[in-house]
Amino acid sequence: MTTTTRKTAAPTTEPVRRKIDIGRLLLEGRAFFALLAVIIIFSLLSPNYLTVSNLLTMSSHVAVYALLAIGMLLVILNGGIDLSVGSTLGLSGVVAGFLMQGVRLSPFGVALFPSVWVVVVLCCVVGALIGLVNGTLVARFRVASFVATLGMLYVVRGVALLMTNGLTYNDLSGQPALGNTGFNWLGFNKLIGVPIGVLVMIVVAVVASILLTRTVFGRWLYSSGGNERAAELSGVPVKKVQVRVYVISGVCSALAGLILSSELTSAGPTAGTSYELTAIAAVVIGGAALTGGRGNVRGTLLGAFVIGFLSDGLVIIGVSAYWQTVFTGAVIVLAVLLNSVQYGRRRRSKKSAGATPPVATPPAATPPAASTP
Amino acid sequence: MTSDAPKTSTSDATDSVVLSARNVVKTYGGTRALKGVDFDITRGTVTTLFGENGAGKSTLMKILSGVESPTSGEIVLDGEPVVFGSTVGARDRGISIIHQELSLAPNLSVRDNVFMGRELRTPRGTVDFAEEARQTLAILTELEEEIDPLTPVSALRLGQQQIVEIARALSVNARILIMDEPTSALSASEVEILFKVIHDLTSRGVSIVYISHHLEEALQITDHAVVLRDGSITATAAARDIDLDWVVRQMVGANFDLGEPPPRSDAAEVALSVRGVSVADERNPDRFVVDGVDLDVRAGEIVCLYGLMGAGRTELLEAVAGRIPVTSGAILLKGQDVTRLSIAERIDRGLGLVPEDRQRDGLVPTMSVGRNVSLASITSFVRGRFLSGSRERALVEQSIDAVHVKTSGSSAAIGSLSGGNQQKVVIGKILATHPDVILLDEPSRGIDVGAKGEVFRLLAERAQAGLAVVYSTSEVGECLSIAHRIVVMRRGRISAEFSADINKEAIMAASGEAVAV
Repeated sequence: MTTTTRKTAAPTTEPVRRKIDIGRLLLEGRAFFALLAVIIIFSLLSPNYLTVSNLLTMSSHVAVYALLAIGMLLVILNGGIDLSVGSTLGLSGVVAGFLMQGVRLSPFGVALFPSVWVVVVLCCVVGALIGLVNGTLVARFRVASFVATLGMLYVVRGVALLMTNGLTYNDLSGQPALGNTGFNWLGFNKLIGVPIGVLVMIVVAVVASILLTRTVFGRWLYSSGGNERAAELSGVPVKKVQVRVYVISGVCSALAGLILSSELTSAGPTAGTSYELTAIAAVVIGGAALTGGRGNVRGTLLGAFVIGFLSDGLVIIGVSAYWQTVFTGAVIVLAVLLNSVQYGRRRRSKKSAGATPPVATPPAATPPAASTP
Repeated sequence: MTSDAPKTSTSDATDSVVLSARNVVKTYGGTRALKGVDFDITRGTVTTLFGENGAGKSTLMKILSGVESPTSGEIVLDGEPVVFGSTVGARDRGISIIHQELSLAPNLSVRDNVFMGRELRTPRGTVDFAEEARQTLAILTELEEEIDPLTPVSALRLGQQQIVEIARALSVNARILIMDEPTSALSASEVEILFKVIHDLTSRGVSIVYISHHLEEALQITDHAVVLRDGSITATAAARDIDLDWVVRQMVGANFDLGEPPPRSDAAEVALSVRGVSVADERNPDRFVVDGVDLDVRAGEIVCLYGLMGAGRTELLEAVAGRIPVTSGAILLKGQDVTRLSIAERIDRGLGLVPEDRQRDGLVPTMSVGRNVSLASITSFVRGRFLSGSRERALVEQSIDAVHVKTSGSSAAIGSLSGGNQQKVVIGKILATHPDVILLDEPSRGIDVGAKGEVFRLLAERAQAGLAVVYSTSEVGECLSIAHRIVVMRRGRISAEFSADINKEAIMAASGEAVAV
């Protein structure tokens, strides 16, 4: 192979390579171009779309999706899937609401009103525990992740409904006398003009990105998702990695739940229903492979923004909610289609890169919704 | 199958070309894999294609079997230019290929695999399972392989799976059968059966194209030898006029030797000690796949583990490495008991395994060459809590250099490497952990002679520096190379131990293999 490459004349390969590179760029940056397309199209359709305040509002919607998606990304990189994130989000909000109303300890006849930071920590602990159950089922008991987390989706949602009897906690602002005010700060306040939720998303994204690219754990995750057997034989503690991934996903969902209930100043037990699918969609649009081992935080964030900006855009221009579902679905299918083009071509590139022209790259740049076959 | 009667006069039959490639060129991107190849297959003969990995053998076979089409040039079948378009097109014209990587569905039965994609129908339109089973059984009987057609393929050993693959090709009455490394997973007795089948087939007028890294074996069976080097055919000869040396010379352009045991001192301490290790069969706990094995390996010593398929070599190595638990016995590394430790802990203490199946157990296909190399030693380039890019690069470059991986760079995709270079990556990965003992399960499987020589040289070098090496093989020729000691396994036990001056016959006799291979 090496000798043949050396011998072939450079001029013959040059134009071919350049063409492929543009195709590659469009293909690999597809989430970015899709986001660009969404923003451009909606700015043309509505003057209110491209304003700072609207972008910030949309971003704080995106933050919830993005937090779920980042946790989901880690699970998907590991070759699994976490269907329980939406339920965990709901339960996290409910637990927060429950704690904010005060915990009555009847034997002692007192009520405890934990301060907001305690509430936040406890909610994250709840999320981590749910993740721990998921991870243990998957790693130790070899339950398929789809089934284990599907079970947890129901169990966790059920617990949330039981805790509230199906009702919603409406007042989460706390009382100054009890020293538990400040919950709304998460959802309403801004630091240097940016909503707290968005800041939390940025922090989590940066941490996750460093975790994936700069730490041993990240490398372990990519390798065990790419080939678990090979990773194990190389000394990677694959089970530990697997458990941790679900725990992180649980914590991310709990954070998302806190932000959502703070934004709404209410915590309903059905919050976040079907959000797990949105999160999976964001990860897939971001270019991660559902088979594991491929994907990154940047792509996933872009994926979350594409979904969030698209659905908010459709609301702004007054498209019916039913059409929104159709568009979102089309975008997801297109994303998966392009994923298989990207990864399929890499596998085949040795065989047929020269024989066939680069396949189906141009559609990557066109608005996703418009070009569904 | 063919309209031509197979029993035409012999001179006529051997002279008639059934399938030929005319000036076939195949380019992949900027790389020319085939540079104008002329290749003939004559009726009722075995033609073997020799060549190192990357010489273009597989590409040529893919073109002949319709998997790919040539960039230029043509394929001539029975004197007429043809375009197959697909493997189905080729198969309909009587050309079948058995791939190096088995293409069976493990969840389906032998019968279902044999008839996959062309199921027989009853008049009512349902699948005629009974007829399929009958035909499958007939072919398997012909192959002298006692496999129930209803056995799921996953329950078969690799060697038996290969036989199923051959049965599938035979079931379409192929008149040209292309075999890409058909014996790589077979034991000597299975190879014998295969060769008998090949003889039967050729006497019926079927033409065989054969590719194998087992050169001796291939020379035994072939009528014509064709040597491919760097995308061109460099030599063609009748098998009776040539010998092994000739083939190897044509392939690599130089004389070839797998090496000899490096010097060592007998006083070296015992690095690995296996004490009465037994491993129970997963499917049948009463049977032991490894049965009371004792083995001491000293620092700097190279031990070759020889045995047939199913002799327990893989299981022994995997138990020592920690992949499968031992049922009884102990494993001591430099005097420390590691029997209950995890794989990671054993690697930390200096014991690593290079697995038999590179694709399944050795490589992470989604990661680059460099990241595959550094995977096992990742904790050695952590600075604080973070990975140090510069240290990793240094380690990777050093490893790639040390094991002579030919790659365009450490960020190249692992899939872009040839089999031999992939194997070197797996070995380099373990060596980067600075082990005291390295276990290699069939390190030469599916790699060419050149790479094989390099791997062995590398191991000999490391042994001289004090590394204890245990490698398993099913090729006797490989026992008599760098190993100081040859340990033969048979049915889970060690049946004999030899020093390096033993002959092949004695080794094969101890393994329970027919001496007459």
